[in-house]
Amino acid sequence: MKIEDITKESEEFKIRATDTMCVNESELNHPWWYNFKYAAVGLLFGLIFIKAEIISWFRIQEMFRFQSFHMFGIIGSAVVVGLISVFLIRKFNIKTIYGEEVEIHPKAFNKGNVYGGLMFGIGWAITGACPGPLFAQIGSGSTVVIITLLSAILGTWTYGKFREKLPH
Amino acid sequence: MNWIFEPWPWYVAGPLIGLIVPILLLIGNKSFGISSSLRHICAACIPANIPFFKYDWKKETWNLFFVGGILLGGVLTSAFIPNAGPVEIHPELAAELNSYGIADFSGLVPADLFNWTSLFTLKGFLMIVAGGFLVGFGTRYAGGCTSGHAIMGLSTLQWPSLVATCCFMAGGILFANYVLPFILSL
Repeated sequence: MKIEDITKESEEFKIRATDTMCVNESELNHPWWYNFKYAAVGLLFGLIFIKAEIISWFRIQEMFRFQSFHMFGIIGSAVVVGLISVFLIRKFNIKTIYGEEVEIHPKAFNKGNVYGGLMFGIGWAITGACPGPLFAQIGSGSTVVIITLLSAILGTWTYGKFREKLPH
Repeated sequence: MNWIFEPWPWYVAGPLIGLIVPILLLIGNKSFGISSSLRHICAACIPANIPFFKYDWKKETWNLFFVGGILLGGVLTSAFIPNAGPVEIHPELAAELNSYGIADFSGLVPADLFNWTSLFTLKGFLMIVAGGFLVGFGTRYAGGCTSGHAIMGLSTLQWPSLVATCCFMAGGILFANYVLPFILSL
């Protein structure tokens, strides 16, 4: 790899690292159809979303009005299982199925966590959906949610456009 | 066979969602997160020379397959094993919604609010377009959504994610109780 390539690579990594999730830097090169395994996990997630009524606007309203334990129970128990899993992966140094070291990238705090968090909370209360459920709602036949999704994409784009001017 | 059409309780769904964290880590070193898919869509379709979208989105193709799977999961589940009967909701919420003229509790998404006709009313515009915009803008500004911050972030003990999660809840609780009623009664 040439020096310029390395610099370019790290510049590019910096841009992606402005996002908590955009830092998947696997060294492995797989054919594109390997991605179907992630579609399979998505399929499972979509199934849970609908069977546990997580994509229900009503369930989200109940959560924000403290009228039901359902959503708190789901998020809380998901975190507990996630915590234990990550603890075990670290403790026994469990490798990926391809033998790679599991990498977890730290998230740096910025004021966006607060301002953006409050804005998303409001959007969640209105639409009754976070980004994942938007896809599942469309799948379940609420076609007008396509507009909600397009609007969310536009919101993401607008954030990117004015990012430098926003307090972070 | 009726059980298959029953909705799942939280203690089944929550742990299953929690397991997605290690599954994604172990099958390809991927951090659980969904809202970034919206960013990859921007980067792929409308980058417009904005630095935030100038990266090789193809390295994140997995995320688009993941959300594609969620959509397909929604299609298949609704087609073959939907939940029987309407969503059972808290009587207080039902009474409140009735007072705004929302009486159809049969779907997961209230048909009285989210439909193509209402899209062209002020209420529908606020609920569908403005709400969606806030979801997309807010999650990116916060650096993640419920999956990336509340589940992945808290599972890996990252305090910025705890701050973000508390803000999601605070924003939602305040808005749902004090502002949303005005929009719903429009």
